[in-house]
This record gives sequence, structure tokens and C-alpha cells, in this order.
Amino acid sequence: MDIILVGLSHNTAPVEIRERLSFSGEQLTAGISRLRAHEEILECVILSTCNRVEVYTTVEKPELGVARVKDFLHAYQPDIPLEKMTLHLYTHKNEGVVRHLFRVASSLDSMVIGETQILGQVKDAFDCALLNKTTGVVLNKLFKKSIFTAKRVRTETRIGESAVSISFAAVELAKKIFSNLRSKTGMLIGAGEMGELAAQNLVNSGIKEIVVSNRNYGRALDLARSYNGRVTRFEDFLQEMVNVDVVICSTGAPNYVIRFEDIEDIIHRRKNRPLFFIDISVPRNIDPEINKIGNVFLYDIDDLQAVVETNLKTRKEEAEKGEQIVAEEVGKFTQWFKSLEVVPTIIALKDKVEEIRRKELERTMGRLRSLSPEEVQIIDGLTNTIINKILHNPLVALKLEAHSTNGLLYAEAVRKLFDLEIKVSEKENQSDEPPL
Amino acid sequence: MINIFFFKIALGAYFLGTASFLYQLISRREGHKRFSFAITGVGFLSHTVALITRTIEAAHIPITNMHEAMSFFSWALVLAFLLIEYKYRIYVLGSFVLPLTFISLISSSALPMEIKMLDPMLQSAWLGVHTIFAIMGAAAFSIAFLAGVMYLLQEWFLKSKRFNILYSKLPSLDLLDDLNYRAISFGFPLLTLGIITGSIWAEYAWGTYWNWDPKQTWSLILWLFYAAMLHSRLSAGWRGKKAAYMAIIGFVGVVFTFVGVNMLLQGKHIFV
Repeated sequence: MDIILVGLSHNTAPVEIRERLSFSGEQLTAGISRLRAHEEILECVILSTCNRVEVYTTVEKPELGVARVKDFLHAYQPDIPLEKMTLHLYTHKNEGVVRHLFRVASSLDSMVIGETQILGQVKDAFDCALLNKTTGVVLNKLFKKSIFTAKRVRTETRIGESAVSISFAAVELAKKIFSNLRSKTGMLIGAGEMGELAAQNLVNSGIKEIVVSNRNYGRALDLARSYNGRVTRFEDFLQEMVNVDVVICSTGAPNYVIRFEDIEDIIHRRKNRPLFFIDISVPRNIDPEINKIGNVFLYDIDDLQAVVETNLKTRKEEAEKGEQIVAEEVGKFTQWFKSLEVVPTIIALKDKVEEIRRKELERTMGRLRSLSPEEVQIIDGLTNTIINKILHNPLVALKLEAHSTNGLLYAEAVRKLFDLEIKVSEKENQSDEPPL
Repeated sequence: MINIFFFKIALGAYFLGTASFLYQLISRREGHKRFSFAITGVGFLSHTVALITRTIEAAHIPITNMHEAMSFFSWALVLAFLLIEYKYRIYVLGSFVLPLTFISLISSSALPMEIKMLDPMLQSAWLGVHTIFAIMGAAAFSIAFLAGVMYLLQEWFLKSKRFNILYSKLPSLDLLDDLNYRAISFGFPLLTLGIITGSIWAEYAWGTYWNWDPKQTWSLILWLFYAAMLHSRLSAGWRGKKAAYMAIIGFVGVVFTFVGVNMLLQGKHIFV
């Protein structure tokens, strides 16, 4: 039995292809049931997000399985020619699939490394398959382990920490200046898109109130309503600055709207309570010199971009640690998967019993020195017959079930009952499966 | 001398605690945070036992010479840190408190440690009251000093837009400024009480409440300085960076009054 993955992602396919192949709620349920109905497909899970569509299956004959999944995808979107679709598809087998899924779930393969959504999407895909009973021993374990690995990566590295968007970076900085945003007030001057986003993030982070100021009073009213905030007239925003703590500025003005002298005066009137300026406008609207005033902190768009880049770099570094965790877990899973194979279990069982027979025979013969060679041979034959007769039924059953998912359960049971150690040859274990 | 045995355990634990907390500053993982606190806890408990057994062995409050005073100062510092950690969860403060504690305790261990006969001048109920107030005040001012140092570091990172590991570990400026303020508002009344009980005791021992002994003079200077600091914050809004600088200057004064006066100036207050 082999684990097979056929899929495409943002790394291999443009959005025009991805969006057409994606499976939404009902399509997903129908899809996995239809796929599972093929007798070649023993188990299947479909993971469909906006960045990837991946079909995980276990099959008896890998080549046939891959062809079957491709046909299935083609039947789902017949207007994409099969050859064209194949160009974007990647396939993995066994260990390759394990590594791929573990990396995907841990967000190491995501467009934005460390994003948190993907784990939930993996869980949902698995839950849907469980609900429709399209999985068995192998995929169940595979998906549970992928979730486990993802959690390990999240807790043992800092991959998900620190903001990777400009508007979040601004909120993060605000939290390093103010201990509690709930008692602070923000102000949005102008109505650039990025500024609105930053203000919205402040609201989401629990800021007490947003004051909106805009040359267009109606626009200001609309925005204020959406933040549950209030409006101040554009001529008065400097007056208002005595009371607010975070100022987001994103007007279209070609010059400085906020000048050094203004802020020097305001900070004095604020009794030095810190004031955090975020200038998202290009050209800049705030005199950069004000950063030199005590208790004033000014960040422009380049500064925020630098924060984001540092954070992305950290995430990449942390991703390296994540890869190590994934490698470790892939090793464990592959060990388990290999040990499930029926043939090695049969060999191990035979070896173990033969070993017992040989040892016990030697001990007995040591005490029965008076026996003639013929008599020795007869006793040897007798023990042989006994173990062969005892092993006969279990071995037949194992061989019979070897080609179904049940066989894996049998093998695992035998392994545990007889305390067998399955030797997985190192070479085989480390071989990176070539793409099919 | 069972107290010395526990004292040494505390010293060893604080050494490990210092190493562990300093490593924490540069480590991205937080796994051994628990170890840092456990070892600090061990240090604090053995130090407490050391102080109690010493009190029993000496049959008086063991703050009668420089060794004892610095030892008690270290104990008060860690006590303050543990209380702050319990309330505010600024564990990175440990990376600053533990080194200071260790320096103070190892200096203390370099001084004569044996329990001596109590000088007749010190045989008074005021001994414990006066010294405990004064030293706890010094510990509170030390916390304000450390908060000030942390504030200046974090302020520098934010202004110069440097985002390193230390930046990510340090808490917000607001919190550090608040800690500075609270530590001083806690230390100031203790210093006040230290000075008052000291002068009452002086009246018994030396026959006059105030005789411009260097220790008294410097304590008064400190008192005026911290009073000015509190006043300027409340009236003129001297917070943030200015408050951080003042806490650092104040601490230099505390160290001088505590240790420097005895080493450099002649006075009657010769014990500590």
C-alpha cells in the first residue's frame, strides 16, 4: 500500500487554475465520496484552500491511483484540458506525502510563512473526510500527526510571532509604547486605504476610541460610524491631539500637515504623555524631525516596512527550526508506516519463533546427551512441525489481508502481541521518493 | 553557624539565577524561564532561612554591619522582584534584578561574616525598625533605577527603530514608567520613616535628633531629591525619559549614602 498525493498550490499554479479547481463545502463532500467510490482508492482526503487543492489517498497501485485522481480532477473541471492541468500538478509518494502535509499544516509551505489559517483548514478537510468515512488507519494517523506536528512547530518556534503586515506592525509598535490600548484614543487623519486598515486594527486590538478628521466632513462621519468613533473638524485636529495617543496620518496632501513646532507645543500641553505617530502617506505628511522630541515616536511607511521585513526574516529563521521538527516527525511516521507492511511483519514473526525454538532446543539437547543422532533429528523435526502448525493460520490470515487496510491492523496487532521489532532498512527509509 | 551555610546556598542559587536570567535575554526560547524562577525561589528561601537563623543565633536583628546590611538589601531586592512579578508579570526584570542582587550579595560575602558582640550604642529597639525601613527603601529605589535603565533601552530601540531580541522582551514604555513611579512612591515613605526613626534613635544614643552627620546629611539630600522627583512628575509631567534619568541619578545617591559615606567620609554612623 502507498500514500499518494496529487495536488497544486500557489507554487505551481496561477490563481485562475486554483480557483476553478477549489472545492467548497458541498462539492467537497460529494467529491470525496465520489473519489472513494473507486475501488483503487482505499482512503482519501481533499484539502482545498484558496492557495492549494490537494488530494491525499492511499492506493494499492500508485501509478493507477495517480491516474485515477487526475481523471477525477479532470472530470470535476472538464474545461481545463488534462495536459494543461497536469502541468500544474505535483505528485508525491509515501514519505514525500508525509513531509509535504506536515510542512503544509505547519505553515512552512504557505505564501506567508507562519500564517495560522492553514492548520484550521487541514483540520476541516480531515473532519469532512471523517464525517464521510473516507479515511482509514493510515490517513487518520497521517492527519492527526500533521496537526500534532503543526502544534509543535507553533509552540517550539516563534514562527507565528510578530506582525507581517504594515497595519499590524503599527499596532504591535503601539503595544510597545502603551501598556494598555483600552485606555488610549486613536486619531485617523485623512482617509487613505492603508490608514483605514491601521485604524481598524487598532479598533480590533481594543483601543478605546477613534477620532476621525478629514477635509471631507461627510467621509469623516462615515468612517467614524464604522469605527464607532467620533469626528473632529479638519481645522481642529491639532487641538484634539492633546487628548489622543496614537495618530495615523494618511492624507493626500503634498506637504507636511503636522509640523515640528506644533508637536513641541502639544507634547508640552500633554504633560509629556507619549504620542505615537504613524505616517502612512506618500509624500509624507509629518515632519520627520518630530521623532527627536521627547516622548514622541514617529514611524513612516518605510519604517513600518522595515519592521515587517525584519519580522519576515525572523519567521524564515524560525522556519528552519520548524523544518527540523517536521523532519523528526516525518521520521517517526515513516517508521510506523513501514512497520505496518505485512511482509516484514511475517518475516519478523517467523524469525522470532525460530529463534525461540533454536534456543530451547539447544538447552534441552544440552541435558539429553545420551540421545542418538536419529533421535536428535526426530526431536528437531517435532519442534519444527509444532511451530509451523501454530503459525500456519496467523500467517495465512496476514497474507490474505495484506492487500487491504485491515492488513495493516492485523500486522500492527501481531507486532504488538509478539513484541516484534521490524527492521526498516536505512537505505529505504531515507530514499527520497522520485516524483511519479 | 547554620546561617552562613544557608547564606552560601543562597549565594550559589543567585549565581545560577543570574546566569539563567542573563541567558534568557538572548535566547529566543522561553523554556527555561521556569528554571530561572525556581532557582531564584530556592535562593530566596535559603536566604530567608539564613536571616532567621542569624537573628536567632545573634539574638537581635542582624543588620549591624556592612555585611549584614548588604545581605538584607539583597533579600529585600529579590522580595520586591517576586512581588512585582506576581502582580505585573515582567519576568525580564529578573535579568536586571538578579545580577544586582548577586553583586550585592557577593560583596556582602567578601566582608567579615561572623556574629560579633552588639555594640552598646546599637542596643535599642530602634535597631530593627530604623534599618529595615532604610534598607527596604533602598531596595525600592533600586527597582526604580532598573526600571529606568530598561525604559531608556526600550526608548532608544523605539526611537532608533532597532528591533532586536531585547526589544521584543522588554515590556512597553508605559509599564516601565509606571513601575519607576510606583517603586519611588513606595520607597519615598520608607526613606522618610528611616530618617525619622533614625533621628529619634539618635536622640537616645547621641543626645540630639539631628547633628549633620554625613549619613544624615546625605539621607536628607536623597529625600529632597526624590521629593522633587515625585513633585515634578505630578505637577510638570516629568515622566518617561526624564523620570528614568532621575531614577538613575537617585540610585547613584542611594549607593553613595549606603556605602560611599562610610568609606569616604568621617561620621558617627560608623556601623553601616
